[in-house]
Amino acid sequence: MTEFDRLAGMVMRGAISRRDFLGRTAAISALSVLPAALIAPSVARAEPKRGGKIRFGMSDGSATDSLDPGLWPGSFAQCALGGAMCNNLTEILPDGSIVGDIAESFEAADNSSRWVFKIRSGVTFHNGKSLTTDDVIHSIQHHMGKDSKSAAKSLLEQIEEIKVDGPNSVQFKLKGPSPDFSYMMADYHLPILPSKLGGGIDISAPMGTGAFVMQGYSPGNSAKLSRNPNYHKENKPYLDEVEFIPILDVAARANALMTGEIDFMQDCDLKTLGLLKRRKEIKIQDIASTRHYTFDMNTQLEPFNNPDVREAIKYAFPRDEIIEKVFLGTARVGNDNNVASSMKFFAETPPQYAYDPAKAKELLKKAGLETVTVNLSVAEAGFPGATDAAVLFKARAEAAGVIVNIVREADDGYWSKIFLQKPFYAVEWYGRATVDWLYSTTMIDGAPWNTTKFNNPRFEELYKAARSEADDTKKAAMYAEMQQIVHDDGGMITVAFLSYLNAVSEKVRFGDVGGIFPGDNTRMAERWWVDEA
Amino acid sequence: MFKNPALNLVLTRIVFGVVSLLAVSAIIFFTISLLPGDFASEVLGQSATPEVVESIRRQLGLNEPLLSRYIQWLLGFLSGDLGLSYASSDGQFITVSSVVGDRLGYSLLLAGITALIAVPVSVVLGIFCAVHRGKFIERVLNSSTLASISMPEFMVAYVLMFFLGVQLGWLPTLSKVDWQMPWTELVLRISLPVLTLTLTIMAHMLRMTRAAIIGVMSQPYIEMARCKGLSLGRIVFKHALPNAWAPIVNVIAFNLSYLIVGVVVIETVFNYPGIGQTMVDAVRARDVPVVQACALIFAATYIVFNTFADLTATLSNPRLLYPR
Repeated sequence: MTEFDRLAGMVMRGAISRRDFLGRTAAISALSVLPAALIAPSVARAEPKRGGKIRFGMSDGSATDSLDPGLWPGSFAQCALGGAMCNNLTEILPDGSIVGDIAESFEAADNSSRWVFKIRSGVTFHNGKSLTTDDVIHSIQHHMGKDSKSAAKSLLEQIEEIKVDGPNSVQFKLKGPSPDFSYMMADYHLPILPSKLGGGIDISAPMGTGAFVMQGYSPGNSAKLSRNPNYHKENKPYLDEVEFIPILDVAARANALMTGEIDFMQDCDLKTLGLLKRRKEIKIQDIASTRHYTFDMNTQLEPFNNPDVREAIKYAFPRDEIIEKVFLGTARVGNDNNVASSMKFFAETPPQYAYDPAKAKELLKKAGLETVTVNLSVAEAGFPGATDAAVLFKARAEAAGVIVNIVREADDGYWSKIFLQKPFYAVEWYGRATVDWLYSTTMIDGAPWNTTKFNNPRFEELYKAARSEADDTKKAAMYAEMQQIVHDDGGMITVAFLSYLNAVSEKVRFGDVGGIFPGDNTRMAERWWVDEA
Repeated sequence: MFKNPALNLVLTRIVFGVVSLLAVSAIIFFTISLLPGDFASEVLGQSATPEVVESIRRQLGLNEPLLSRYIQWLLGFLSGDLGLSYASSDGQFITVSSVVGDRLGYSLLLAGITALIAVPVSVVLGIFCAVHRGKFIERVLNSSTLASISMPEFMVAYVLMFFLGVQLGWLPTLSKVDWQMPWTELVLRISLPVLTLTLTIMAHMLRMTRAAIIGVMSQPYIEMARCKGLSLGRIVFKHALPNAWAPIVNVIAFNLSYLIVGVVVIETVFNYPGIGQTMVDAVRARDVPVVQACALIFAATYIVFNTFADLTATLSNPRLLYPR
């Protein structure tokens, strides 16, 4: 990656301002002549234009994809059915802040254990039916209850009661305080769909309130949508048509982009990224995301129940080398804190762990050990590159007295047989929009995905206190301490923080791009536009 | 039994075919149950919590004993009902026949067009090679087809894609088709996979044709025909070919069934919506009803083509028609 690319990436992530960017790149330009076409479109910001079409080449999607939002399996369903065709109560903007969508406004009461969403008036479904509070209630209740098959079920377990509150409002009574509940309503599993007579939601046909109306849906093959003229957002969408095409093979996806069959390619191949960059009609989109890869130790089991051993393993882990060799420099090094640096309330957690065999040995000695032997379960299903990362880890860790036995597991059934079952294994995480949401699902004692069986009394105490803390400064201090605890005491080795690495053709334009969910927080269809000139 | 041996053959084959289909369905069903995980855990992946997994299992009846599930499926199948994909949910019924039917149509289209081109070309070239045995042109044909079959098919696909699609821009690299397309576009879209598959299956058929004809041509009665002064064309087509059909048709049948059941790699490379990809997806999701339907289609394809090959071999050779 060149210095220019790095700076352009920082602008896209909002890490530096446009002015800084121009200043710093001017310095580089003195050394190398830069073609103007290289400047990322979000830098040379232009007014969105109406009209045109984008064809999105997605990396997943199959013939048996369900229309049931509780079972939406991947980014194809999330972006085509969710982001383009439907709306949630709330929407996560590219900068990570939360605004109302179907809800015109929302507010929390009773220490954030009661939430009232005021429903926007005049919103209609694509068949002309007006959206009512009933639709909202049934859409959320669809994921709740004993018979729910929804992946969002555990997320909504905090809800005690949903009821109509006044003519155009819906009230959620929660079992306890939940300061980020409004973010959770933007989860891609929770679109607002039309309700049926007699209860439940109607998913017999692909239809929502979204920016685009489904024209032809053939699961696993294509989804064609056209502009919704009655959309409730002003000026949006910009495009007349969009098409989502699942192309599972990465080489086929790249070829399709190069031959102009598609205009957007999700998930580039790291190994051929350099070649793709050389083509001037293609732009690479590098979006910092909350997505990360980890090796998780069960902190309740031998030998990981000794904090010194955990720390020794963290120092025996060759992070920089793995980023460089396995991820070819396209990922960012982690510091064993699963809060992404782009998230609000992210805190630096010093010291930065780095490969230090002497220190690891010292820590092992402190734990009364000469060497320690660990079995690490890996498969590419855990995360792509897990096996290579494990091999490098094994090679380097030996010098630090950490003997790693790599256990190669099958991709098939990884999430049912290995995940949450083995003592030390590879995991891919998509991350969460907020610190509270992340910790409540991954770090709290009894959380459904507490992979490390982490249970720290001080952490639990802070978690509860932060939930009912209204003051952002105090909250930031609490969150910072919690992140430090996870860094110091946790059992999660964050191998790498990933980017969403997409490629687009020259004509595609976009503003800042969100990295909490894939595809500009799934809403790329209504946020992007084209400039054919 | 019937007097007519051809009819006899067909009837026995149908009986054996049905038995094989049942055996295949049972083998597939029980093998999938040996794979780790089931539909509930696979579709939810990381977000699986025991409660939700249990709820899905209960609603799909996955907690029932294996045997009773198989019998249920079998009864449904025998009454002509392939059932629902596990991905169906309340309000949206995804029937297996709708998932598989569409894809099967596309697979048949690809296989059909490839066969229409590959079979005549390879048989004609095979005969040509047999006749011109040892000449330069025969060696070129023989070794170039051998080279194309020796390369992995995805390699052939990528090479063709690179030159004809990316570099020259003549043919589309994405073979995304649907029935609403005008047929000219349809043909254009499938031309690259058809070309790849033609190259992949041609060598086998060409070489078998060549070998069979050469084998027959070395027999005394061909020499007799030569001595009678018959033309080469008459010798090959009237005297040699009828006796060589049996092995040739067998190889053709084998390759045609391969075109339907074995082209998942090509489907992936060109993003073609065929049935191979559907089965792979379904196995990955443990969507048993869909897997079963695909497996039966594949098995039936083999049975039909093999029966056809045997029938052709028998009919083309009167000696086989009236066994002693």
